Amino acid sequence: MLIRCDALSVAYDTSYVLENVTVHIRRGEFVGIVGPSGSGKTSLLKAITGAVPAARGSVEVVRGTRIGYVPQVESVDWNFPITVGEVLAMTRTKRRWPSITRAEREEASHVLESLGLAGVQGRHIRELSGGQQQRVFVARAMFGKPDVLLLDEPTSGVDVRTRHEVLHLLHDLHDKGTTIVLTTHDLNGLASHLPRLVCLNREVIADGPPRETLIPEVLERTYGAPLHVLEHGGMPIVLDHDYEVSEVMRDAARDLRNERKQPR
Amino acid sequence: MMSAITWFAVDLLAPYEFGFFGRGLVAATFAGALCGVLGVYVVLRGMSYIGHGLSHAVFGGAAASAVMSVNFFVGAGIWGVISGVLIGRIARRRILGADAAIGIVTTASFAAGIALLNRYGQARKSIEAVLFGSVLGVSWGDVAAIVVVGAIVAVTLIVSYRAFLFATFDPQVATVSGVRVSLIEVTLMVMLSGTILVTMRVIGTLLISALLVIPAATARMMTNSFAKMLLIAPALGAASCFVGMNASYHLDTSAGATIILVAASTFTAVYLFAGRRARTRVASLHHV
Repeated sequence: MLIRCDALSVAYDTSYVLENVTVHIRRGEFVGIVGPSGSGKTSLLKAITGAVPAARGSVEVVRGTRIGYVPQVESVDWNFPITVGEVLAMTRTKRRWPSITRAEREEASHVLESLGLAGVQGRHIRELSGGQQQRVFVARAMFGKPDVLLLDEPTSGVDVRTRHEVLHLLHDLHDKGTTIVLTTHDLNGLASHLPRLVCLNREVIADGPPRETLIPEVLERTYGAPLHVLEHGGMPIVLDHDYEVSEVMRDAARDLRNERKQPR
Repeated sequence: MMSAITWFAVDLLAPYEFGFFGRGLVAATFAGALCGVLGVYVVLRGMSYIGHGLSHAVFGGAAASAVMSVNFFVGAGIWGVISGVLIGRIARRRILGADAAIGIVTTASFAAGIALLNRYGQARKSIEAVLFGSVLGVSWGDVAAIVVVGAIVAVTLIVSYRAFLFATFDPQVATVSGVRVSLIEVTLMVMLSGTILVTMRVIGTLLISALLVIPAATARMMTNSFAKMLLIAPALGAASCFVGMNASYHLDTSAGATIILVAASTFTAVYLFAGRRARTRVASLHHV
C-alpha cells in the first residue's frame, strides 16, 4: 500500500471538511475523487501531501515516496514573468545558484518532449495553449520524478480538446507505472474513464469502479440531488442537468445524421 | 560653443565639490538598487501596500528610539522587524482583511511616532528628516549600513533564488515540495524592514514605498523573465536615484521627491512607448 488514510478527519478552524475518511491507494493505481464543491476533495489531496494536518485519524505515505502535485490551472498566476524552463527548474531548490545547468536543461527537454511539449522551454507560460499550460504543470511535477502524481481538477476550466489531451496524457503516464490520484467535477468527460472512483462528501460515500459508483443511489447521496444515469457504449453517462441532456441529444442527432449520410 | 560646453560640464560637476553630496549620491544609488531588487518580490507577491505600510510603521520605531535615546538602527530595527512579521502574518492568514489590518497596524505605529516626537522630541526637525529624508546629511556610517544590508539581501536572494521564486510563484505547491514558505516570508519581511530602516534617512519614509514599487513595475513592462526583472529593477532604481540626486541639486528641489519624479517619469515613458502587451503585464499586477 502506497498511501493509507485511516479514519481521517480534517478541520479548518472548528469546521470539519473531512470526517472519518478511509482510503487506501496501492502503487500503480489510477484513482479519481469526485464530489460536489466543498466536499473535501482538495483537502484530501492536501492531507496526503502533508500540507494540512489530520485533526483525527492518520495519513501514512510509504517513506521515501516522492509526490508530484499539480494545482488547479485557475490558481496559477499566468501573468507572472516566468518561462516554462524556469517553472521546471524552480523545483530543484537545493541548487544554490540561480542559473539553470546544462544537465537540468537537457532533463527538462526530455520531460517536456515526453509530454508533447518539445521546444517550449524558453516561452512564457501565458503564450501556451490551454492544453500545453496544463501539461507544463504536469511536467513540473514529473521533473521531480514522482512515484505518485496528485492532480487537483486537471480538466477544470479547459475546453473539450484539452480535456482529451489531458486524459490521454494521464493514461500514458499511468501505463508507464505512475500512480495517479486526481480530483474532478467532470463525471462524464473524465471520471467515468478511470478504473476507480472515490465518491466523497465530507465522508466516503462509495469506492469502486465507475459501474459501481456512478449509480443513482450513490450520486444522490454524494451530490444531494437526484441524478439520472444512462449507459452509452458500455460506459455510464450521468445526466445532471439540462445542458448534459441536450448534449446527449445532440450526440444522438449527429449519429443519426451520419447514419443517414452513409451510402446504402 | 566650446565655452558653453565647458560651462555646462563645470556646472554639472559642481555638486561633486561637496563631500556631503558624494556621500549622499553613493547612499542614494545603493538604496535605489536595494529597493529595486526587493521591489520585484514586493510587486509580484502583491505586497505593494505592505511595503508602503511597513515604511510608515518603521517611522514609529524611529521616533521611539529618538525619544528614548536608543540607537536608531537598534530601536527602529526591532520595531520594524516586529511590524514586518506581524503584517506578513496578518496578510497571509487573512484574519481581518489584509488592507484593513495593515492600515490599522501601520497608521497606529505612524501616529504613535508623531505623538512621541510632538511630546518629547525636537518634533519638527526630526519628523521632516524621517518623512522626507535628509540625503545630504548622511554619514559614511549610513552608507556602510546600506551596503551591508544590500550585501546580505543579495547573498540571500542568490543562494535561495529558487526557493524564493517557488514560494513567490506558487506557495501552495512549494509547501508540498518541501520549501519552508513561512520561513521565506519571514525572511522577506525582515529584509524589507532592514532595507526600509537603512534607506529611510536617505529618501524618507513617505517615498520609500514608491522606490520599492516603481522600478519593479517598470521592469515588469520591459521583460517577461523573472531573472531579467531582478537585474533591470535594481538598475532602474539606482539610475533614478543617481539622476534624481543630480537633478535635485540643479533644480533646488528635495532629493527624495526628485528621485521619485525621475522614477515615475521613466515608468510613464516606458508605459507610453511599450506595446499594448507590455502595458497588460503591469495592469495585471495586484496590490496588497
